[in-house]
Amino acid sequence: MLFGPALAVSAMLFVIGVAGVLVRRNAIVIFMCVELMLNAVNLTFVALAQRLGVAGQIFVFFVMAVAAAEAAVGLAIILAIFRHKETVDLRSINLLRG
Amino acid sequence: MTLVTVVFWVFSGIAVFAAVMCISRRSAVASALWLVMTLFSLAGLFVLLEAQFIAVLQVLVYAGAIMVLFLFVIMLLNLGRAGPTDLKGPIGLAAATILAGVLMLQLRPLGNADPPAAMALPEGSLTALQQQQGLVGMVARPLFETYLIPFEITSLLLLAAVVGAVVLAKRRL
Repeated sequence: MLFGPALAVSAMLFVIGVAGVLVRRNAIVIFMCVELMLNAVNLTFVALAQRLGVAGQIFVFFVMAVAAAEAAVGLAIILAIFRHKETVDLRSINLLRG
Repeated sequence: MTLVTVVFWVFSGIAVFAAVMCISRRSAVASALWLVMTLFSLAGLFVLLEAQFIAVLQVLVYAGAIMVLFLFVIMLLNLGRAGPTDLKGPIGLAAATILAGVLMLQLRPLGNADPPAAMALPEGSLTALQQQQGLVGMVARPLFETYLIPFEITSLLLLAAVVGAVVLAKRRL
């Protein structure tokens, strides 16, 4: 019933997340935008589960587990970089730029 | 329009508005709190889409645990004060707008999509399954039968994440 609208909303949320990653320079905010994209995908999974079987809801579990692991490791990396550089601004984190 | 449709659009509006606020606020704490708002309204949408257990998990795990982790790191890094804006300059903003617009155009047709008729279950079959097996049983049964091995592998992933986070965050081992 709400299949199409739910997919449209999840597409909008995903695009907002992409735009956030593209326009911000704060590493933590970019990280939050990645979480936003993961959540948009979760909404797609749940909407699909309504019509194509409960497996979609199981996938949401796995996405959540991956998101939790990613948040823990990613924030630890940000902490380590901050200890080294005293900033989380991506302009000053450009070791690989050459 | 039924009541469910109205509530759906209200929650969707809140989610999209809060997401836009999340990417446009200057202070990282404000961004995090708007993101919590988005996650809560997504939990509401999950309830409307017959995923009540997922909605509870969304509030507990996402809005609870993961966002608290984010706020703790913001506090540790002392980023709470709104500094000079970290938005990119006009060229970056224009490029991001164009890229996001193109992606939106590509994803928009999803809104009119219908599941393939050969795979789609009859309308209301998930509700029937809920009444037959219960809200938790409906999700737990396939998780511990069909998807048992992926579930066990998830525990390895979490172990690796725990070890990785400790190694990375420690000054010296």
